[in-house]
Amino acid sequence: MPLDRKIAYIDLTTGDIQTKPIPLDVRKKFLGGRGLDAYLLYNHTEKGCDPLGPKNTLMVSGGILTATCASATARTHIMAKSPLTGLLGSANMGGFFAPEMAWAGFHHLVIKGKAKHPVYIYIHNGEIEIRDARDIWGQSVTDSQWAIREDLGDQEVKSLVCGPAGENLVRFANVMTGIKNSGGRSGMGCVLGSKNLKAVAVRGTMDIKIARPKEALEYNKRFIDQIVSAKVNQTQGALGTPFIWGATNSWGGIRTRNFQYNQCEYADDIEPERIDEICEETMGKYHMTGCFGCQVHCRAQYKIPSGPYAGTYDEGPEYTSQGAFGGETDTPRAITVLTGNHLVNKFGMDNLETGSLISWAMELYELGIITSKETDGIDLKFGNDDAVIEMIDRICFRKGWLGDTLADGGIAASEKIGKNSFNYLIQVKGMSNLHSDERATPALALNSATGSRGSDHLRSRPAIDLYHLPEEVLRKIYSNPVPYDGPLSSEHTEYIGKPWQVFWQENCYMGVDCLGICKYHTTFLGATLPNFEDWSKVLYYNTGLEMTPEEIWDVAVRCNMIERLFNLREGLARDDLKKGDMLNHRYFDEPCRRGAIDVVGRKIDKKKFIQMIDEFYEHKGLDNNGVPKPETLKKLGLKNEPSHLV
Amino acid sequence: MESMGKVLVINYEKCTGCRLCELVCAVMHDGISNPTRSRIKVIKWEAEGLYIPMSCQQCEDAPCMNVCPVKAISRDEEFGRLVIDYDVCIGCRSCVAVCPFGAMSFNSIDKKVFKCDLCDGDPQCVRFCEVNAIEYVDADDVSLLKKKDAAERISIAGKEAAALAAQV
Repeated sequence: MPLDRKIAYIDLTTGDIQTKPIPLDVRKKFLGGRGLDAYLLYNHTEKGCDPLGPKNTLMVSGGILTATCASATARTHIMAKSPLTGLLGSANMGGFFAPEMAWAGFHHLVIKGKAKHPVYIYIHNGEIEIRDARDIWGQSVTDSQWAIREDLGDQEVKSLVCGPAGENLVRFANVMTGIKNSGGRSGMGCVLGSKNLKAVAVRGTMDIKIARPKEALEYNKRFIDQIVSAKVNQTQGALGTPFIWGATNSWGGIRTRNFQYNQCEYADDIEPERIDEICEETMGKYHMTGCFGCQVHCRAQYKIPSGPYAGTYDEGPEYTSQGAFGGETDTPRAITVLTGNHLVNKFGMDNLETGSLISWAMELYELGIITSKETDGIDLKFGNDDAVIEMIDRICFRKGWLGDTLADGGIAASEKIGKNSFNYLIQVKGMSNLHSDERATPALALNSATGSRGSDHLRSRPAIDLYHLPEEVLRKIYSNPVPYDGPLSSEHTEYIGKPWQVFWQENCYMGVDCLGICKYHTTFLGATLPNFEDWSKVLYYNTGLEMTPEEIWDVAVRCNMIERLFNLREGLARDDLKKGDMLNHRYFDEPCRRGAIDVVGRKIDKKKFIQMIDEFYEHKGLDNNGVPKPETLKKLGLKNEPSHLV
Repeated sequence: MESMGKVLVINYEKCTGCRLCELVCAVMHDGISNPTRSRIKVIKWEAEGLYIPMSCQQCEDAPCMNVCPVKAISRDEEFGRLVIDYDVCIGCRSCVAVCPFGAMSFNSIDKKVFKCDLCDGDPQCVRFCEVNAIEYVDADDVSLLKKKDAAERISIAGKEAAALAAQV
């Protein structure tokens, strides 16, 4: 049964390992995956602990439906206090790791302490072992994984690893698995590095009994038909996420030259069709690959066509790499995007954060806030492709003053650089914004400002807001499973009703993250995809757990609140520019200079934005300072946290 | 019977490596998620992005059938498949040893050899593979798909040659 998968507590300092079952009442309250991780983080870390110290606790998990017949149940979640933001650190990735961990008997790992020398954890059919990783330390993301397979003499082992960036304590290092599946954002790889933990390797052949196999299979088939019939997923399956970048750039939603423009010009060479051409030229007609059990197959395969890495195989680039190494730095050249993407994959480093910080440094260079003295003579001009590639390497290996400075993340770097460099840093809660520009889209701006792990598109973005769906369609989506009769607007430049959409999406995404399903299988980019009602059914068919759509919604609200509680405990304050739900002033002061007719000239109206935050807090049951009201905590059963149920 | 003479055809180029076939195979047959119970297995060269699904070919002159010391394996003409009679099988695993494709597996939990049975004419791996990397076609047409692919390549090459000639 999926519900008999266990939780393991591993102390790297003492070598102590304990395994426990996950009680049913805990499942009903938090399900699994990110939600239960958030509960574990809140319960197993002390207030104010050093994110790079042994007291920080690292959670690794699969969702409650991982490896079952619920379609695309591949997601692995990683959580800890973030060394980048000092707040909630959370990362989610696809691939094949979490299902393998479930077949090895576990859904959740709670890792504490710090090993004396580099080690890796090996989990095999219920057994857990801490093994020497001194020979593997220093190796790239993929080489580490192959080395672990050699060490164990088993080619079927799946590992999540930190690359050189994590070892070098780059504050935004990724946890990675496979070629490019990245637990990116908020520096979870850095936490692995700080614990001398090179990797977690898993191999499992233990049965997971499906509660009602026939129904589970048939519902999975229905899911898949629904998912692949959505135009957006067909496009994803053909072009991968680069299509989103192309579409967004066309109307003017792409951050360019840090935050100076909202559209990248002369970008033909990194348009999705061009990237796809390169994939086809180097890998053949069928060059898309997918995560475990997923029919969307949104990940492209390519070989770098030219330059010093010519012929090297990699996967992607995702639209984040187009944004990071194409748009933001104004280097819209395929070779730069593909090479940059390869380097961050190899090093295990967040492409979004890396590109954002390089483009920020480029603007500072343009303004004379930093000079060639700080860059070691690199001409850090926008549009300088070689400088972008060079800086990726310098950040990972902390080479030179600027490389070392940027490796500590934007806020720390801005404090070191001084002057008014902070004003140009496009971040929320210490994490750089996605490459998208939300000045014309208040709903997306609100989502960026209020994301629990910092500015992000994967915590609460109502992406379907851009589709101008008729109001009755919006209402159908956004008033399920709980009623909503407040205002809604089909207009993406509006402020009306957006807080509810963001609140709804926040719970929708928490829902999939607890279940372990990919966001492309829910109301993210496609308006017709499964959500709460379908989850209630797949949960029952696969695990036997009976929960109504409303109950799953409640779990999501509860888990989002736990994340909020953690952030508040670590110092989140509403209007704090470094630790709050607030955007960089440029969103309010500088209008969009490019883009579609209804975009150019737009900026976020601060007064209306603050009203949106108020309204969003109200939906969440928070007071005006963003702190949960006592009755909210009571209603969610969170009155006595930390409650140490598990 | 409609399924008579039908065979599985694997177009490995199309395989995205998602392993959904392994999952649905195990759930369909055993009601359990566990790829070691799957009759089909995707072999991967991840560093090169190459994935090849391997399954039983239902060989005409089947080594598994020939080697079985107790004649537990026989041909079922209705579905064009080789089947194991578990009342006769002694679990010696000789069939596992001789299968040139590694398509005969041994389940160490149930202590039984097992192989693809074409799901009695409705192979779930085929049903769930949206990219058609596995197809279930008439044996007579087994090479038709490959012929079509090859013809398409020739056609493209021909057009390119004509375009080149026109440029000259």
